[in-house]
Amino acid sequence: MLCGGAAAIAFMVTLGTSSWTTEAAAKGRAEWKTEYSRPGEVPFPEENPYTAEKSALGHKLFFDPRLSGSDYISCGTCHNPSFSWGDGLPTGFGHKMTKLGRRTPTILNSAWGELMMWDGRFESLEEQALGPMGAEAEMNQQLDSIVEELAAIPGYRTLFNMAFPADGLTIENIGKAIATYERTIVSGIAPFDRWIAGEESAMSSAAKRGFDLYNNKANCVACHAGWNMTDSGFHDIGLPDDDIGRGNVLKNVVKMQHAFKTPTLRNIVQRAPYMHDGSLGTLKEVIDHYSDGFTRRDSLSDEMKPLKLSEDEKADLLAFLLTLEGADPMVAAPILPANDQVPGAWLKRLSPAAGGKAETPECRTARLHLRRCK
Amino acid sequence: MRLLSIVIVLVFGFAANTTAAEVAVTQKGRKFSEKKIELGVGGSIKFINDDDVTHNIHSTTKGHAFDVGAQKPGQTIVHTFDKAGKVKLRCAIHPKMKIKVTVK
Ligand code: HEC
Ligand code: HEC
Ligand SMILES: [Cu+2]
Repeated sequence: MLCGGAAAIAFMVTLGTSSWTTEAAAKGRAEWKTEYSRPGEVPFPEENPYTAEKSALGHKLFFDPRLSGSDYISCGTCHNPSFSWGDGLPTGFGHKMTKLGRRTPTILNSAWGELMMWDGRFESLEEQALGPMGAEAEMNQQLDSIVEELAAIPGYRTLFNMAFPADGLTIENIGKAIATYERTIVSGIAPFDRWIAGEESAMSSAAKRGFDLYNNKANCVACHAGWNMTDSGFHDIGLPDDDIGRGNVLKNVVKMQHAFKTPTLRNIVQRAPYMHDGSLGTLKEVIDHYSDGFTRRDSLSDEMKPLKLSEDEKADLLAFLLTLEGADPMVAAPILPANDQVPGAWLKRLSPAAGGKAETPECRTARLHLRRCK
Repeated sequence: MRLLSIVIVLVFGFAANTTAAEVAVTQKGRKFSEKKIELGVGGSIKFINDDDVTHNIHSTTKGHAFDVGAQKPGQTIVHTFDKAGKVKLRCAIHPKMKIKVTVK
């Protein structure tokens, strides 16, 4: 009977006793605190180790709008450091102001991530970086031509040769440089970190009670675990929209329908509105959602239980979430390599609409002053 | 057949990383107790959820794809590997949890 290729699989489920529940509940504040110490260093993958040259180059590429088809949108347009590397919008805008389907996630602490995007469709930051440039709705850049376009900028040729002595400017190396820069973006020390390190006065008693709720009654820790407040996992938390998220990638796994990646809660106050669809405006609304506002369905995470928090408990939990805002370093807008001064090359670059046709001197002057010309 | 494999496991113990009829793997602290496992064809892995959250082991390896579905804390699931090959397993909920299984 079980002889078809795909059917050559069998599994058995048995229910055991679960003594773990009582153990977990017995864990006190001091014990929970040990699970939140910050890591000593940023992990870089063996295939793409850190170098200062790569990171500096990645910083420029990240903020360079010339990576987009319109020469108008950079990674930093949507992943804006002023909004903790998001855009402050329910869902962002891309090429020609196309409204995007999902909210821009932060790239903060992505060095510790596993799969990228709300639905985890990319395996690494390197792979991810090349995604938005090619996406019509986001940056609408032809990936083949990006290498050519960057190669036309003398400063970039030099920077790529310094960062990648073996092969210089290639499409893979664009991804590697951007990924290296992204891994250096780490949330700063927050009052919560100072409290974990032993400074009792760094947090109010309300926030400390909020920490207890986070780990016990409110059970946020079931998914937002560890110093970065995420399990890097995928869960359906019962938001009512139609987007099936991770279900697009793992079509047959019940629990992945409507599942999205658990975001970090570091600096969370700076990133409203919340969720993959930007549907919850404030942290108060988020807490109400978890308390008992979520949609029940088969895919709903087993970790989602109605919490029935009192108003005081909700206030304590909010006080705790606010202690996760760090003293992050200022981010400099990098000086970008200048366009080539050879007139033909730079006219063509700046005037894609002209299709590279020669521009009259009058039109050029008009364009540079942001006026039209016929 | 299953009875036999249980007996073998009892005699030789739950030695992981060796060719065995059944290897036990625990899931605790969102980690698998093993990273690599070698099995003979027809061998199986007994997954024990010793954690306080639900897991969901699956594989998308071509020709070996499977999904055991949601596995609650305290549950045990046995999965049998009937074909030779290299199979990558992952927890769908926690993709950092990965195991490479070589079936010979
Ligand atoms: C038009 C806005 C926009 C631009 C421009 C943009 N992104 Fe994004 N980015 C998004 C959105 C929206 C998502 C989530 C999409 C999804 O999950 O389907 C995302 C996801 C990501 C993620 C995954 C984060 C995570 O935790 O999973 C990374 C990393 C990222 N972008 C980096 C970049 C880089 C690098 C660039 C420039 C090459 C860039 N983005 C350009 C909007 C943008
Ligand atoms: C079952 C796992 C799970 C539990 C439990 C959980 N979360 Fe979440 N959380 C998620 C996931 C997944 C998302 C993203 C959901 C989406 O956008 O579809 C999220 C999103 C959030 C966001 C918005 C983040 C952003 O950038 O948009 C906040 C804030 C948040 N959770 C706080 C909490 C708090 C506080 C608790 C405890 C009361 C909690 N979460 C419990 C998994 C969980
Ligand atoms: Cu898991």
